[in-house]
Amino acid sequence: MNPAVNPKRLIHRASFWINALLLLLLAIVPPVLFITGQPYWLDIFTRLVILALAATALNLILGYGGLVSFGHAAYLGLGAYAVGIPTYHALYGGWEAIASYNGFLHVTIAVSVSALFALLTGAISLRTRGVNFIMITMAFSQMIFYAFVALENYGGDDGLTIDVRSEFPLISLDNPLTLYAISFISLLLTLAIVYKITRSRFGLALQGARSNEERMRSLGVDCYRYQLVAFVISGALCGYAGFLLGNLDTFISPEMMDWTRSGELMFMVILGGASFLCGPIFGAAAFILLEQLLRGFTIHWHLPFGILLILSVLFFRGGLSGVIDKVRSKGSNS
Amino acid sequence: MSAAASHKTILQTTNLCKSFGGVLATDHVNLDVASGEVHALIGPNGAGKTTLISQLSGLLKPDTGSIIFKGKNVTGKPAHRFASAGLARSFQITSLFADMTLLQNVALAVQAHTGHSFHFWRNATTDKRLLEPAYHYLQTVGLAKHADSIASAVSHGERRQLEVAMALATNPSLLLLDEPMAGMGADESNLMIEILQKLSGEKTILLIEHDMDAVFTLANRISVLVYGRIIATGNKEQIQSDPAVAAAYLGDTSDA
Repeated sequence: MNPAVNPKRLIHRASFWINALLLLLLAIVPPVLFITGQPYWLDIFTRLVILALAATALNLILGYGGLVSFGHAAYLGLGAYAVGIPTYHALYGGWEAIASYNGFLHVTIAVSVSALFALLTGAISLRTRGVNFIMITMAFSQMIFYAFVALENYGGDDGLTIDVRSEFPLISLDNPLTLYAISFISLLLTLAIVYKITRSRFGLALQGARSNEERMRSLGVDCYRYQLVAFVISGALCGYAGFLLGNLDTFISPEMMDWTRSGELMFMVILGGASFLCGPIFGAAAFILLEQLLRGFTIHWHLPFGILLILSVLFFRGGLSGVIDKVRSKGSNS
Repeated sequence: MSAAASHKTILQTTNLCKSFGGVLATDHVNLDVASGEVHALIGPNGAGKTTLISQLSGLLKPDTGSIIFKGKNVTGKPAHRFASAGLARSFQITSLFADMTLLQNVALAVQAHTGHSFHFWRNATTDKRLLEPAYHYLQTVGLAKHADSIASAVSHGERRQLEVAMALATNPSLLLLDEPMAGMGADESNLMIEILQKLSGEKTILLIEHDMDAVFTLANRISVLVYGRIIATGNKEQIQSDPAVAAAYLGDTSDA
């Protein structure tokens, strides 16, 4: 093989340390804040890590697959209700088959229901492209949103307060540090999964379809199958994030799957840099921390927040990760 | 050259028709390509060459008629079926994975013809079974030194060479080349003719080309398409002496 060094690989090596630093900070700072008497911040960081997980899952199809799904909050909601509904029945009776506090059951339901929903809606949505794909994925997630609004049993649009968490042997999610640790390890595993997938033959086929779908077809590749499987993996991972979110909030409402939530996930991916492995984590961190910061200044924080988002999309092509890479590559050129 | 007729037919179209609105772009085309030959398809601008090749590669569905490839009726099948059956095409307008390296472009083509891609775990970016053949095909078309360049960054001529490498990488039984010399300078054209000459012994090629020098150098047989109809098929001498061809096509470029 030729030994020539791929310039792109150099950049990846440089950003590897920045990504490692980010993950190290996420491993250390929140527990330290908690131990030093700032439990509120641990809560914020747990949310950050869970949403980073969901955004990483979305990045698999948005960044690597080039498929802009505007409906991924639906999976967060499905995952959360997979905690809420069995717990609700365990608390108040009814529907014996699923009434349980068992965390393994909750995870299984969250992931399998999300995967099934992704399979059904993806099979239809992936027949369209571009704006149509954006609209149809959003329509499907709104369908689920209104379905749960209509479910009076589970609180309708007032939501469902359960106040208990999924039960696992040996550990208790009621301990905020444990919940954070589980969420953080889950994020690391998700990163590992997405990393491996994007470098596999499957991942290359997916990225080939993003780059030039017609060319893939003329090479004899039926892109639809790969995109559908990627869509299902992404949805299942997002459903798992929903399971964590349900355990964090113990208050589950249809608002979790509102289309604005899907938009926020998309923003995290784009803000952080789509198709960069850790991009969505940067995006989620920037999103959550900026939200907290602006909230401290004014109750009308949505306005400056929105303006900042628009500016970042306009000026940071490639997102925050892209900016870091650009700075690094300029540094190594000179 | 004349031996081509006795070879096995690999591709055959029968009364192929395709119209856009009122215009009959492909008009009862009967074309056959024999295994091992270089068959050139020529014709003036607007003769329907691209429409025809798009049907032959499955990107367009013919209105009527049939396409038989390697003894199987593939009429109306989706494009990826044509490709997996062993029919590879290059594009007149370069169609690549612009954000990937040349090596990755060809590696994807290699991957495409080695079964399905439902492998989620093994690292494909360092997989020798993909990269070694990919590097070999880049060498064949003289691009090995640019293996790690991004496709959008290399010259037009090099992109056309990459097209050929990618088509070769699917190990096709029939190579459809849609104007491989389009927009090339003289040097680049000569290089491409050299590359295709190297291939002509081993591959069956259907060549759509404007460049008459290239066609008369490379082709065993030539079919002439005018207004969607094939008006003549034969070897270089037969085509050059055919009065209908001279009138319709070579008449206005008599120096060719």
